[in-house]
Amino acid sequence: MDKRLASPSRRLFLQTSAAVGGGLLLSFNLPAAGRAAEAAAPSRLNAFVRIARDGTVTIAAKRAEIGQGMKTTLPMLIAEELDVDWAQVRIEQAPVDNAVYGDQWAGGSMSTPQEWEPTRRVGAVARALLIAAAAQRWGLPAAGLVTEPGVVIDPAGKRRLAYGELVEAAAKLPVPDPQALTLKDPARYRIIGKAHPQSDNPAIVTGQPLYGLDVRLPGMLYATFLKAPVFGARVDRVDLAPALAVKGVRAAFVVEGGTALDGLLPGVAVVADSWWTARKGRQALEVVWTDHPASGQSSVAMAARAAELARQAPQRVMRQEGNVETALAGAAKVVEAAYHYPFLAHATLEPQNCTAAWKDGKVEIWAPAQDPEEGRGLVARTLGVAPGDVTIHLTRSGGGFGRRLMNDYMVEAAWIARQAGAPTQLIWSREDDTRHDFYRPAGWHNLTAGLDAQGALVAWRSHAVSFGEGDKFVRAAEVDASQFPARAVANHLQTVSTLPLAVPTGWLRAPGNNAFGWVFQSFIDELAHASGQDPVAFRRRLLGEPRALGKPGGWDNLDTGRMRGVLDRAAEMAGWGRAVAKGTGLGIAAHFSHLGYVAVVIEASVGDDGTPVVHKAWAAVDVGRQILNPSGAEQQVQGSVLDAIGSTLRQKITLENGAVVEGNFGDYPLLRFAEAPPVEVAFVLSDHPPTGLGEPAYPPTPPALCNALFAATGKRIRTLPIGDQLA
Amino acid sequence: MAFTLTINGQSRNVEVEGDTPLLWVLRDALNMVGTKFGCGAAQCGACTVHLDGVPVRACVTPVRRVGTKAVTTIEGVGSDPVGARVQEAWKTIDVPQCGYCQAGQIMAATALLTAKPRPTDADIDAAMNGNLCRCATYNRIRSAIKAASGQEV
Ligand code: FES
Ligand code: FES
Repeated sequence: MDKRLASPSRRLFLQTSAAVGGGLLLSFNLPAAGRAAEAAAPSRLNAFVRIARDGTVTIAAKRAEIGQGMKTTLPMLIAEELDVDWAQVRIEQAPVDNAVYGDQWAGGSMSTPQEWEPTRRVGAVARALLIAAAAQRWGLPAAGLVTEPGVVIDPAGKRRLAYGELVEAAAKLPVPDPQALTLKDPARYRIIGKAHPQSDNPAIVTGQPLYGLDVRLPGMLYATFLKAPVFGARVDRVDLAPALAVKGVRAAFVVEGGTALDGLLPGVAVVADSWWTARKGRQALEVVWTDHPASGQSSVAMAARAAELARQAPQRVMRQEGNVETALAGAAKVVEAAYHYPFLAHATLEPQNCTAAWKDGKVEIWAPAQDPEEGRGLVARTLGVAPGDVTIHLTRSGGGFGRRLMNDYMVEAAWIARQAGAPTQLIWSREDDTRHDFYRPAGWHNLTAGLDAQGALVAWRSHAVSFGEGDKFVRAAEVDASQFPARAVANHLQTVSTLPLAVPTGWLRAPGNNAFGWVFQSFIDELAHASGQDPVAFRRRLLGEPRALGKPGGWDNLDTGRMRGVLDRAAEMAGWGRAVAKGTGLGIAAHFSHLGYVAVVIEASVGDDGTPVVHKAWAAVDVGRQILNPSGAEQQVQGSVLDAIGSTLRQKITLENGAVVEGNFGDYPLLRFAEAPPVEVAFVLSDHPPTGLGEPAYPPTPPALCNALFAATGKRIRTLPIGDQLA
Repeated sequence: MAFTLTINGQSRNVEVEGDTPLLWVLRDALNMVGTKFGCGAAQCGACTVHLDGVPVRACVTPVRRVGTKAVTTIEGVGSDPVGARVQEAWKTIDVPQCGYCQAGQIMAATALLTAKPRPTDADIDAAMNGNLCRCATYNRIRSAIKAASGQEV
C-alpha cells in the first residue's frame, strides 16, 4: 500500500507506506528549485528521498547505471548533505520519469558535472527540514542547531532528536529554497571523497537478478529477431513453417519495419518458451532479403575512396588561423603522415535485450538503457501509442559505452511482444550484437606540419576524411576542429571531406576524441622525434604558458595549465627519462575531453612473435577539486585505459558486401586478463568543479601505447588496430 | 526429455531437449538468472559454473552431458567457504564495474583457489584468461584473488 498526499507547500509529499520501514515516511522531490539553479547547471534539479521512523534513509538513484557507478555516487552526495550514516542508506533505482527526476540518461561523462551542485542541495533541503522540525519542537531558532549523522542537536549540545523522530513534523513544513542553503564545507565531508563500494555489490556477487536479461514475468516468452546482414534490407521471401515446426516455438512472423537505421528495422521474429528454442527456430529459417543499395559498401572500397579524396582539394574548411601554406613554405622541416582508424563495436558483455508486456493498449518495458526517455519516444512513435502509455523500468546495464544510448532493441521488443500477445524478452545473440551495432565511425586524417629551425611548431594542416553528406556528418563522425594543437599553433588549417555512409554509427566512449586523440597525439610525437626533442619537453613547449584556449565553461575550453599539470605528473609517476631495457619503450600522450584532463604513460615492448606487450600504464587525471568516490573514480580510469589498449591492439569492424564480417569475441577480441597491465592512477586536484570520468582517460591511451611502441621498435603505427604490424 | 539435476545441493527436475545448454536450462527453465549469457560460444566465461567443482562453460554444455555431476552456480557458491571468501573480497575490493561478467569471474576464481590456495600471478593469469571483462576490472580481480587467498594485495 502506498498513499501519497500532496502537501500545499510546493511539491512536498507526505507518504505512508506499510511496505518500507513500517512507519511514516517523509519523501519529497524538487523538480525545479528555481531559475537560479537552472542557470547554474544545465540539468533540472531533482531527487527523491524517504526517511523512515527508524532512521533508515532510502535514496532514489535517478540516473541509469551502466557500470559507471552513479547508482552509488549520486546517493552519496545526498547522504553527505543530509548528514546521515552511509550504513543507514538504502538505494533504489528511480522510475523513468523525466518530469519528476529530470535528466536520467547516462552518457558523455555528464552526470558528475550536471549533478554535483543540485544533488547536494537535495540533501541539504532534507537536512534543513529536519532541523526546522527540531527547532519547532524545542522552541529554538533553527540557526543554532547542528546535526551529526542521523541526529539534530541543540546549541547546548544537551538535547538530541533522531531524524526518524522528526520525519512526521518535517513533512508538514514548507520546503526551503535550495539555493538559500549553505552547503557543507568539504573539510567536513564524511562520505564524499571516501571510497565506497558499489551498493549493488552484494547482489552482483551472489547472482541476484539485476540486469535486463534477468527480468522474469509470469507467462513470459523469449524471442530472437533475425535482421538482414545488409543494414535496412527487407524480407523478400521466407517460409516460416520450419521455425514453427520446432517444438516449443510459439510464433514466428515478419516484422515490416522501416528504413531509418536507428528505428525498427525489418526482420523475422521467432518467439518460443526458451531462448534456446527460439534460436533453433530461427536457425531453421531461410530468408531471402531484398537487394539493397547498401550491399555495395565495403571497408576496402571506402579506404580507396578516402585515399582519392585525400589527394583532392578538401571539400570544406573547418578552422583556419594564420597562413598555413606560407608557414609550411618557410619551415625548416616539414613532416607528413596519413592516419587511419577503423569502425569499432561497443561489445557490451550483456548483449542488447529488452522485455516488454502489453496490457490494454499500454506497454511496460524493462530495459538496460542509457537514454530511456528517448526510447519511450521511439516506442510511442513506432507503435502508435501515447508516450504516457509507455512505462519504462530501468534495469542495471551489463555495460554501456554509448551503445545503449540507442533504443533499437527496445522498439523491437515492444513490437514483437505486441504481436506475440504475451510478455516477451528479446535477446540478441552475440553475433546479432556485433553485426547490428551503431559503430564508432572509421576515419582518415592526412597531416602536414612545419617546424622552424629551433624546433618550434609553426604550421599544422589536417585534412580529415569522414562520413556524411554536404555539411552534415553522420552520427558521431563530426570532425572537431578545436582539438589540440588548434589555437596553440599560429598557422592552423583543419579541413574535411566526406564519404556517404549507409551503416548505423553512434557514440562510443569519448566520441570523436577516441580517434582524434590517437591521431593528433601520435603525430605530435612524430614531430618531437623528427626534430630531436624529448616528447614531454616538446609537449610542454607546445602548451606554453597556462591559459584557457576557449570560452569559460565550453567543451572546447582547454586550459593549457591543467594539461601541463597532468603531463608533468604522469611523466613523474612513470619515471620519464629513465633507462629502459633494449626493445622496451615509454610513450606519453595527454588529452582534454569531457571537461577532464588525462595524461597517460605506457611502457611496452614487442614479443618475439610480434605481439605488443604492455608492461604498465600510468594515468594522471585532473577532473577538478573533488573526487566524489575514489573507488569508482579509479575504476573508471583503469577501465578506460584498458578498454583503449584492447581496441588499439586488435579491434576492428570490417564491412564486406554491405555487412559486418566480425561476429563473436573470436574475431572481435576484447583485452584478456593476462595481457592487461597494471594501471596506476593519480588524481591531480585543481580548483575547478568536479567533472566526469567515464570517458576522458580513453583518448590519450591509444597514442601513449603507439608512442611507446615507436620508442621500443622505431616503427610508427599509423593504422589501427596494431594487429600484426609489428610482426 | 526429463532430467534430474543436482544444483547447489538440491535435486531439480526439468523437461527440456537434451541438447539444450545448461545455461538456458538454468536461466529459462529454472529461472536461475545469476549465470550470465555473453557469447554462447565458450569465448567469454560469463556463463561459468562448476560441475563437481570443475569450472565449465554452461553455454556449450548440453544438459544431457551433466548426468549426476553436482552443478554449482553463483547462487550457491557462497555456501562453500572458499566461494564465500571470494565473494567477500569482491565486495570489499569493489571489483565490479557493470558487474555482468563477475558471476563467471567469481566461479573461475573459486575453482582456482580451491585447487591452489595460494596462487602465483602466473597461476592467476592462466586460470582467469578465459573470462572476459568488457569493463576491464582485471587489476581489481587480481587484487581480490590475492586478498581472498591471504596474500598481500
Ligand atoms: S556465454 Fe558461455 S562462454 Fe560466453
Ligand atoms: S564488470 Fe562489466 S564486464 Fe566485467
